[in-house]
Amino acid sequence: MKPRTLYEKIWDDHVVERREDGTCLIFIDRHLVHEVTSPQAFEALRIAGRKVRRPDLTLAVPDHNLPTTARLDDAGQHVPIADPQSAQQLAALEQNVAEFGIRYFNATAAEQGIVHVVGPEQGFSLPGSTIVCGDSHTASHGGIGALAFGIGTSEVEHVLATQTLLLTPSKSMEVRVKGALGPGVTPKDLVMHIIGVIGTAGGTGHVIEYRGKVFEEMSVEGRLTVSNMSIEAGARAGLIAPDETTFAYLKGRPLAPQGAEWDAAVAYWKTLHTDEGAQFAKSVVIDAADIAPSVTWGTSPEDVAPITGSVPSPESFADASKQQAAAKSLEYMGLTPGTPLQDIAVENIFIGSCTNSRIEDLRAAADVLRGRQIADNIRWAIVVPGSGLVKLQAEAEGLDKIFTDAGMEWREPGCSACLGMNPDKVPAGERCASTSNRNFVGRQGPGARTHLVSPAMAAAAAVTGRLTDVRELQKSSSQALA
Amino acid sequence: MDALRHVEGRAIPFGRKNADTDLIIPARWLKTISREGLGEGAFEALRADDPDNIFDQPEYAGAPILIAGDNFGCGSSREHAAWALLDMGIRAVIAPSFSDIFAGNAFKNGILTVALPQETIDRLLEVAATDPISIDLQAQSVTTPFQDRFTFEIDAFRKDCLLQGLDEVGLTLARDAAITDYETRVASDRAWMTRGTGIAASAE
Repeated sequence: MKPRTLYEKIWDDHVVERREDGTCLIFIDRHLVHEVTSPQAFEALRIAGRKVRRPDLTLAVPDHNLPTTARLDDAGQHVPIADPQSAQQLAALEQNVAEFGIRYFNATAAEQGIVHVVGPEQGFSLPGSTIVCGDSHTASHGGIGALAFGIGTSEVEHVLATQTLLLTPSKSMEVRVKGALGPGVTPKDLVMHIIGVIGTAGGTGHVIEYRGKVFEEMSVEGRLTVSNMSIEAGARAGLIAPDETTFAYLKGRPLAPQGAEWDAAVAYWKTLHTDEGAQFAKSVVIDAADIAPSVTWGTSPEDVAPITGSVPSPESFADASKQQAAAKSLEYMGLTPGTPLQDIAVENIFIGSCTNSRIEDLRAAADVLRGRQIADNIRWAIVVPGSGLVKLQAEAEGLDKIFTDAGMEWREPGCSACLGMNPDKVPAGERCASTSNRNFVGRQGPGARTHLVSPAMAAAAAVTGRLTDVRELQKSSSQALA
Repeated sequence: MDALRHVEGRAIPFGRKNADTDLIIPARWLKTISREGLGEGAFEALRADDPDNIFDQPEYAGAPILIAGDNFGCGSSREHAAWALLDMGIRAVIAPSFSDIFAGNAFKNGILTVALPQETIDRLLEVAATDPISIDLQAQSVTTPFQDRFTFEIDAFRKDCLLQGLDEVGLTLARDAAITDYETRVASDRAWMTRGTGIAASAE
């Protein structure tokens, strides 16, 4: 048999039918549903008198709209959502899951959280499965070796009705990282650096497989962070081959295989790797030694620089349209070329989102904040765990106390200020050091200025009130301990 | 989905690269449970910023074509971006490249995406400033009143669906037997994969 890439193996095992033009009807193993991109899909089913083909392969949870303030009052009663449109979307989801018989974690369940945190955490997302959701960050689940990608609402409807999608195969792209990450450099810094190198359209039409020792040694949480931002490089999906780390992460999770089926699953998962001699359509090699803690300075995720650098000048870009885009970005961001990045003051800190809200992220931020206070110029600093279970775990470890002692707010799980669909927004003209994934114009609120960073870097910015090389703080805390 | 054969009329010479779906329709418009009325929010931030913006020029009101730059529709998967364009009256977008998800969403809503090289886009932007543009899907061509003629590629299946206005869900439902065969095969080869949220029930 011809050597195949990991992507090709998963694809081949999901072909229901292949058409002459190469388009395939692909079976979908897992469908995650949230309140924003599903109401029109359910409505279309209802109008056409269609059913959900496999409610057992569908899992719903609200995340985008939910306020992150307390959801139960002192008497244990549900606090209604003040925004009538958000409340209506949530009510529509609750009615739809009841009508179509779909498993649902409601807003106050411990299992509730951001869909892309919940899927792996529950063991619903599995290596070698095809996973879709009406959300582009579905790419996250590639971190456990699933072929996972975002879809639009018409496709949500198609999957609900048929459990399949009609797709044209993507090409396989390899991002191979040589060497190891330096101290203070996290998976978030790595993926931001990769996007900076290949650009926001560098992966268009491709599925990126991340390869190299750095990924083999990375935790599942870190792999989910890397794969999550594949979409920011234009790729529809990312993949990291499943291994013993993945199996150990999944074993015993509520919806993961059990008993003899677990052994059968592991035996299959062990076949899920790119064969020796398989061809990638595109290959990029990155040297880990080149990577410092990263930060964005512009309004595209490819506008990345090491924290040790300065705001670039538009003229420093070769291509004329990039020069124009950079000039526009800097105007929006209120930045002057040549300013050291560490001189940029921030007023807001957001630690959360499907990129960086898992337990490991919260531990990394808490390590920096332990025994420290947020700076006086920080106006708003929130920590939003990715799920109720992450929140409980963090509280068991005392992390919530570290955050609140430092002067930050400890919130309820959801998408929150990553896209500001709920009340968590960054005011116009203010800056936010944010652990989320997009620094687009107006993403965190109209006029908001986003600097994407890792959780440790967001914590460091909270302490100093400006973008800061976290390694400086890590140095001084280890000196203090010595 | 309405059938689409020709798109003809004024084309908005937008031209911007990397126009993300947050720019096309900001998050606050995503709270709707309907597909209608989103044209009002289309390119909201851009329109608010610049009173002379291209979208509010009277000569482009109701224009059926949008000409954009590279990587159009990148970022969020929100189909609201396609619905907003449709509500503005857009039936075709011409750009050097599109994000994969946006291209799919546009197609599902009967919006034709035409990929043409940057130098062709530059020519069309020039024409669009004063004159209409015409797209013939059957012939896979874009023409101008100045004898320009550019041909484009399109997936045969998508072309057919657009020309006929086919309901893709209906087409796939007709393949029910093949889907059931696949499910039966997986139930024996990889039973563990078929459990989904029913794992608790199967363990009992």
